[in-house]
Amino acid sequence: MRYLPLTEADRQTMLAAIGVAKVDDLFADVPAAARREAPVDLPFSAGEMDVERRLSALAEKNLPAGRAPFFIGAGAYRHHVPAAVDALIQRGEFLTSYTPYQPEVSQGTLQYLYEFQTQVALITGMDVANASMYDGATATAEAAAMACRVTKRKTILLSGNLHPHYRSVTATSLQYSGLVVEALDPDPLDVEDLLGRIGPDIACVVVQNPGFFGRVKDLSALAAACHAEGVLLVVAVTEPVSLGLIAPPGAMGADIVVGEGQSIGNGLNFGGPGLGLFATAEKYLRQMPGRLAGQTVDVDGRRGWVLTLSTREQHIRREKATSNICTNSGLCALAFTIHLSLLGETGFRRLAEINHAKAVTLADKLRRVKGIRVLNQTFFNEFSVLLPKSAAPVVETLAGRGILAGVPASRFYPSYPELDEVLLLTATETTTEDEMDRLVQALSEVLS
Amino acid sequence: MSGDIGASRGMFLEEPLIFEQDTPGRCGVDLPEPEPFDDRLGGARRQGAIGLPDLSEPAVVRHYTRLSQKNFGIDTVFYPLGSCTMKHNPRLGEKMARLPGLSDIHPFQPESTVQGALELIDLTAHWLKTLTGMPAIVMSPAAGAHGEFCGLMTIRTALEDRGERRTRVLVPESAHGTNPASAAACGFAVDAIPATAEGRVDLAALKAKLGLDVAAVMLTNPNTCGLFERDILEIAEAIHAVGGYFYCDGANYNAIVGRVRIVDLGIDVMHINLHKTFSTPHGGGGPGAGPTVLSAALAPFAPLPAVVHDDKGFRLIEHAAGSGAKPCGRIKGYHGQFGVFVRALSYMMSMGADGLRQASSDAVLNANYLLAELSDELSPSFAGPCMHEALFDDRFLKDSGVTTLDFAKALIDEGFHPMTMYFPLVVHGALLMEPTETEGKNTLDQFIAVVRDLARRAKAGESEAFKAAPVHTPRRRLDETAAARTPILRWRPVEA
Amino acid sequence: MSTYFTKEHEWVRVTGTEGVVGITDYAQHALGDVVFVELPEVGKLLTKGGEAAVVESVKAASEVFSPVSGEVLTINATVVDQPALINDSPEDGAWFFSVRLTNPAELDGLMDRAAYDAFVKSLE
Repeated sequence: MRYLPLTEADRQTMLAAIGVAKVDDLFADVPAAARREAPVDLPFSAGEMDVERRLSALAEKNLPAGRAPFFIGAGAYRHHVPAAVDALIQRGEFLTSYTPYQPEVSQGTLQYLYEFQTQVALITGMDVANASMYDGATATAEAAAMACRVTKRKTILLSGNLHPHYRSVTATSLQYSGLVVEALDPDPLDVEDLLGRIGPDIACVVVQNPGFFGRVKDLSALAAACHAEGVLLVVAVTEPVSLGLIAPPGAMGADIVVGEGQSIGNGLNFGGPGLGLFATAEKYLRQMPGRLAGQTVDVDGRRGWVLTLSTREQHIRREKATSNICTNSGLCALAFTIHLSLLGETGFRRLAEINHAKAVTLADKLRRVKGIRVLNQTFFNEFSVLLPKSAAPVVETLAGRGILAGVPASRFYPSYPELDEVLLLTATETTTEDEMDRLVQALSEVLS
Repeated sequence: MSGDIGASRGMFLEEPLIFEQDTPGRCGVDLPEPEPFDDRLGGARRQGAIGLPDLSEPAVVRHYTRLSQKNFGIDTVFYPLGSCTMKHNPRLGEKMARLPGLSDIHPFQPESTVQGALELIDLTAHWLKTLTGMPAIVMSPAAGAHGEFCGLMTIRTALEDRGERRTRVLVPESAHGTNPASAAACGFAVDAIPATAEGRVDLAALKAKLGLDVAAVMLTNPNTCGLFERDILEIAEAIHAVGGYFYCDGANYNAIVGRVRIVDLGIDVMHINLHKTFSTPHGGGGPGAGPTVLSAALAPFAPLPAVVHDDKGFRLIEHAAGSGAKPCGRIKGYHGQFGVFVRALSYMMSMGADGLRQASSDAVLNANYLLAELSDELSPSFAGPCMHEALFDDRFLKDSGVTTLDFAKALIDEGFHPMTMYFPLVVHGALLMEPTETEGKNTLDQFIAVVRDLARRAKAGESEAFKAAPVHTPRRRLDETAAARTPILRWRPVEA
Repeated sequence: MSTYFTKEHEWVRVTGTEGVVGITDYAQHALGDVVFVELPEVGKLLTKGGEAAVVESVKAASEVFSPVSGEVLTINATVVDQPALINDSPEDGAWFFSVRLTNPAELDGLMDRAAYDAFVKSLE
């Protein structure tokens, strides 16, 4: 077995040193009824070639995005990741290290986490960010709980323009916490009245920008209305590339910004792992969940980094911790940081512009297809359209033609018949004009 | 000594922050000029600079390569960090996870275009269910603590369905901090159970705390002292007798894979840390995955999504309607840590039923070898045999002026990553060593020789040297008090 | 003016019906370098033995329990800004808050200096 270095002779020598006859003797505390005397009914060990064959066979049964005109987003976005990102995150010193509990031998991890925190704070326009959460959905649930701790209020208001998974994860996570989660109906036409619902009973309002149906908004007025009633504004960002072109939530008055960082540096990976982003104002720091890297000096006075403010965390505070989170998304944060460093100010802005330009082109092409109505006035790289018929079968038909044509809203909201004909479409820098034309052509045929 | 940027010495290379290397005019990517467009941003366009630095690709590559060289990893050193299971991360998993058919697929593609991905989730689930003997599994938890949350959420939902409002969860004092934190997140009060002098749960104390208001017992097994809970069947029976559930924290499952049937221990729920037991990389703190196996009775209350298989192929259940189940909701976006599943499955297929059993055996053998070879020089907390980790306390350092922390820092200078310190909390100045099956006897012998030598030097009064350690590191001991008193959590440009 | 102590290592210095509360030298020593302190809000009603404040070191967080019942009159903003003062001057400059005692009879259950010193000695 290639991963096991002990030889049979080693094992015998070691057993003798321990003073037992066989390894089974070391398992003497296991109740006899639960012992397995023989290997489990699963395949036996296999060499690399064999495993590669079996997993490649599974991979072959999927249609990868790169092999089809591809227009899917809805919270996970396909971008080009520079080759250097993947090469660097596979360096063993990053890949095979643990959470940096021993700072003297973890300065590499600690410094990139500090850089990551800074980048997240910069692009969101907030004071401070943590070293990551699991994903955007769980970060949203944590933000809602944090807002209740800060305001000492109990009701959380979720916009209908918040990602449906973020809504359900928040509602699920807080269902036994004594807090009240009020979710407004999904809102593809932007008719919900958040302002009318804000009041002194509300701890926070959670909105998404760009919204789940693609709409881009200036949230300043909403923020002001929230603050007038002592309500916190939580803004979720599922597509952080948008922050290269859109005013950051911090500039609009957000109190907590959460998000999904996958689209910078990380691939789709069928939706996991993700990279939860979490940023807030300095004054709420002590209520923030998750790890934090902080700057300090060593005994020689040289600058270095440590994990800090750990008393908020479960390994010290136990049941009084701000969160139960321990392992988070360190390596995904590294990928994010490297990609954003390669982009820099210049590249990040340009990438955002290209994404928007592509989506504008796609929207204008679709607008010309008979029967299709583009629902958004505003958008970044994703928007929703109304089809003249049920969207799910159309998507299925196009998949049969090798086109991955977006996500039907009914996939998230099967019990809302009014969303049956709504389709979400995305274009990024990876989308070519030719692919758009193939989509338009296929849609025209299917809808006619 | 100079603390200035650029004060590199040989292979100890100083590296400033990426923000301090901003060179306007450079860019690490080549992107085309966008087509001209009328923006559709509704007046929400960004004003002013973001503040990100501009660098070329070589500058970025060198920066992160240099940072990597300031880290210990399993690839570079023996990393006996107890409770964390730092075993070898096979690169086959990395290669497989990057196959376009497994990496370049979107969670919302039509099911017909991701049959292989759904099959892979189902197959990973099959391995985990077969190994544990448990009938059901939730694949979506993102890490161990998230698995705990998933399990307790499921338990609470099952209890509510029975019309019962149980308020307490019993957690041993030696538990990971995540256990009480997860219980609290599910609205339970935490009641601590003391340990016996043998480092195991005090069965009598546990029984005394049981009642109809107890929702669950949360037990780590093998426990955080590295010991198998001998009374586990009685514990299971006792909690079941009052109508509660038995949650097992599977963080230490790596000690018993292939040797113990979890279902036969009376366990109702257990999470499995794929990043520990099934060798997916820790990545400096994630991503992990915490699939959670369940009894048939709890399965209907588990969160969605779930992968099912019928004659038409694999399907993803994302909504409860019509299924008859009463799921507690959804705990994570999308379908779980798919990229981690690929690596774990690659590892499980490589090891096979025989190799997984051998790995547990070797991990336990290695830990007992450390315990045997160090017991006379250090102070073992409990009598052996242990399972996959050996626990010592700081009695051997009494009156030496050397603390557990000093001892751990001195190990760094000898080229080893320290063991876990000060955990579990039930012994004083804990040193918890987990060698895993990854280490050969030669490495263990070197480590043993070094630890014995350090222990002798500590006892011989060389405390000054210990206090000064480490010295052969990019940074020496860091001022954590200053970091916490005046938090500096991000870079800011120097005011002009 | 007399000072009383609790087994949780808080002290309260009483003048008339007003008490000033802090933690003892033993407590600051056990905690190590204090990095953060959270004080109650002025006007908050405390009950004897109830949670009143939190002190944190790098690796530990401890609740400070009120030795007496009463209403919080003032808090010591200096210790919030300079938590190190708690290590330097725990039983003097680093007081936490003052209270108006609602039940002075509670003081009878606390220790005086001599009894507290003996109690601390018994812990060693």
